[in-house]
Amino acid sequence: MSGILRRNASIAVGAAVLGLAAVGAAAPEARAQTLTMAVGAPVTSLDPHYHQLSPNNAVADMIFDRLINTDNLSRMVPGLAVEWRPVGPTVWEFRLRPGVRFHNGNPFTAEDVAFTIQRVPNVPNSPSSFAAYVRPIQGVEIVDPLTIRLRTASPAPLLPQDLTNVRILDRETHENAATEDFNAGRAAIGTGPWRVVQHRSGDRIEFERNDGYWGDRPAFQRVNYRMITNDAARTAALLAGDVEFIDQVPTSDLARLRGDQRVTLSEITGLRLIFLGLDHLRAPNEDSPFVTGNDGRPLGRNPLRDVRVRRALSIAIDRQAIVERVMEGAATPAGQFLPPGVFSHVPELGPPRYDPQEARRLLAEAGYPDGFRLTLHSPNDRYINDSRIAQAIGQMWTRIGVRTAVEAQTWTTFIGRAGRQEFSAHLIGWGSNPEGSHPLRNIIHTANRERGFGASNRGRYSNPEVDALIEQALVELDDEKRERLLQEAKRKAFEDVAIIPLHIQTNIWAMRRNLAHTPRNDELTRAQDVRPASVPAAR
Amino acid sequence: MSVYMLRRLLQAVAVVFAMSLIVFVGVYAIGDPVEILISPDADQIERERAIAALGLDLPLWEQYFVFLSKALQGDLGRSFVFNEPALRLILQRMPATLELAFGATIMALVIGLPLGLYAGLRPDSPVSRTIMAGSILGFSLPTFWVGLMLIMVFAVQLGWLPSTGRGPTREFLGMQWSFLTWDGLRHLLLPAINLSLFKISLVIRLTRAGVRETILMDFVKFARAKGLSPNRVIFVHVFKNILIPVVTVVGLELGSTIAFSVVTESVFAWPGMGKLIIDSINVLDRPVIVAYLMIIVMMFIIINLVVDLTYSVLDPRVRLEAKGT
Repeated sequence: MSGILRRNASIAVGAAVLGLAAVGAAAPEARAQTLTMAVGAPVTSLDPHYHQLSPNNAVADMIFDRLINTDNLSRMVPGLAVEWRPVGPTVWEFRLRPGVRFHNGNPFTAEDVAFTIQRVPNVPNSPSSFAAYVRPIQGVEIVDPLTIRLRTASPAPLLPQDLTNVRILDRETHENAATEDFNAGRAAIGTGPWRVVQHRSGDRIEFERNDGYWGDRPAFQRVNYRMITNDAARTAALLAGDVEFIDQVPTSDLARLRGDQRVTLSEITGLRLIFLGLDHLRAPNEDSPFVTGNDGRPLGRNPLRDVRVRRALSIAIDRQAIVERVMEGAATPAGQFLPPGVFSHVPELGPPRYDPQEARRLLAEAGYPDGFRLTLHSPNDRYINDSRIAQAIGQMWTRIGVRTAVEAQTWTTFIGRAGRQEFSAHLIGWGSNPEGSHPLRNIIHTANRERGFGASNRGRYSNPEVDALIEQALVELDDEKRERLLQEAKRKAFEDVAIIPLHIQTNIWAMRRNLAHTPRNDELTRAQDVRPASVPAAR
Repeated sequence: MSVYMLRRLLQAVAVVFAMSLIVFVGVYAIGDPVEILISPDADQIERERAIAALGLDLPLWEQYFVFLSKALQGDLGRSFVFNEPALRLILQRMPATLELAFGATIMALVIGLPLGLYAGLRPDSPVSRTIMAGSILGFSLPTFWVGLMLIMVFAVQLGWLPSTGRGPTREFLGMQWSFLTWDGLRHLLLPAINLSLFKISLVIRLTRAGVRETILMDFVKFARAKGLSPNRVIFVHVFKNILIPVVTVVGLELGSTIAFSVVTESVFAWPGMGKLIIDSINVLDRPVIVAYLMIIVMMFIIINLVVDLTYSVLDPRVRLEAKGT
């Protein structure tokens, strides 16, 4: 996400700048063998187990493979494992792909999987490790060089899903490799489609095609993967032809780019929901920190604990208007965590219908015919147009009598305060993995440190009925039954307006017209997803 | 002179110490780095592990003392984000920033001095008026806007120069420099121009004011009366006298360019220290922020020292004073 300086620059100048560009001379077309791409977020490390961060994961996907890879809709597809199945209530068996070699020629075997599982929780100084994904694993049994069994303490239906986050290393190469060795390129050796030629931290990574790759051969010989964090500069670099492909296209440039003959866009509905968290921590007869009566004096009660008030606040929001005017169409109004077509999506949970009259009626019924005062907190440098969305909501709420002040602040201060339950209402986002239990256990389940539930439940919503459904689902090995349990949990949580869903962001990339791209809903920008427009998409 | 240097050094140590304390407390007050760095998926156990791994579970004073005792041994800590020594990260990016800052400063002198001299000697000519009006633009246009305009005109429209980034580098003195290659110079040109606009204007104005003042002084009249050629009067006698304020300001400007060329570096995706510091602030990467500001403080102190020493070369009076004490 862009910083304050960058953001100002792009908003103020974006439009004017792009106007000029329209009359610009045609830039040199792509050289066939090298792809130059620019991403908006810096890659901080080439160690695939050091920092769980999307930009790092995208690059890790270019160098390494996972046992189970994910396709562009985040569905599990065979990676270094060709087959996986439970062979008992607490044992998963993985059959590994034969004949795979690392970039340095070492063969890939079950030993390497065992080594990786052992390394993941032991990377020193990791600010956000991958340890949780292998924590369920209690024992590793190597059956033969191409078969491995993973034993868990209790049934772990999500283990395959968890393992889609873990990139496989080579025991021989990486036994003593530190994060620095990866960053220097020395240890950045995997089985993936690209090998690292050079890494200049914060600037660029140069790749070369791995001609021995087991999967689809990438279309380009070399890749120059640059980091241009300034939004306007990234767009300009594309128009100038210095780079041929960019990600994180700013919404303010969308209209302009759509009209440019030299450029084409690729987009897909993402997995990131923007929503409002509400204060469920203060009891109904306590004051919420940023709610007061219309006279500015404490109310003596927390109106947000009343489901009628929560529903009123939800249907007072015109989601379609926000998507069209603030997001320039780059989002879809939402009534739940995940878009249609994804596991555990609930078909009948559409975006709540905009109905200010009904909202006013519900408020009156709850005992607030004249509304109350509320402050909505929001970050201003994290999500696409975050503070502008909050301002729009502030106006919509004020229209139904809830006089709303909006306070936008930088993410660095915002997130700490939200985590300490200092807010009454806050705007925040959540990028899900495509398995519906993930947001439920983190955002909706009652916060419980020992069992690792509700770590991001910043509003402290708590509903024992929903908790029970989530816990049941988490140990249900049968996919169909698990999906039904998750759907039921969601239905209950959203009926109760545990959070107020707003919209799901659209992920957008832009490229020179001679290129084509397979957009990914997990936001990862990878070179193997780009190809010359003349080449048809693989599979 | 050595007493003077020693005093300067002691001052430097005190300032660096105070700086580290302020930054430490300041970053602590802004927020919790783990909240920002950690993946949203992470459960409470994982959060606590990360807090402990980064040493953030200790009370602040203890964290500071750990830092201080390591700093005295030359270890300024490891970046939370990169897991590399903060000092090495900064030094790696320093050549990029240095060549940008020096490029801009050289441009400021080469363009600013002659224009300022001309404007000072012929204050009423239309050319001088144009120069002075132009310098007002140089002062008042915001850097990020000029930067984007430069990209739009020279990269997007005309296609003469690359829009962003740093060109290929070559090793020199153990560091990677891009000004040694032709393509590197092409990449350097736009950001250097962008950074130098303000400085050119500053040098023009200072030079002009200096010339206007000096030209009326007795020693200039005397030099003329002595029958010296106009060129000798201007380039030896006048010029030497106007250089003192110019050197002072350019020196300080050089310092602030090295330290705070954040906007230009981010508009041009220039992988220098300014970009590193702004990225580090965004994720509260405290070791890098602290180390960076300590280095910058040292640098300013050194630049001030060099400026003072330059005075004594330029101005005999300063030399005499120094001998007197």
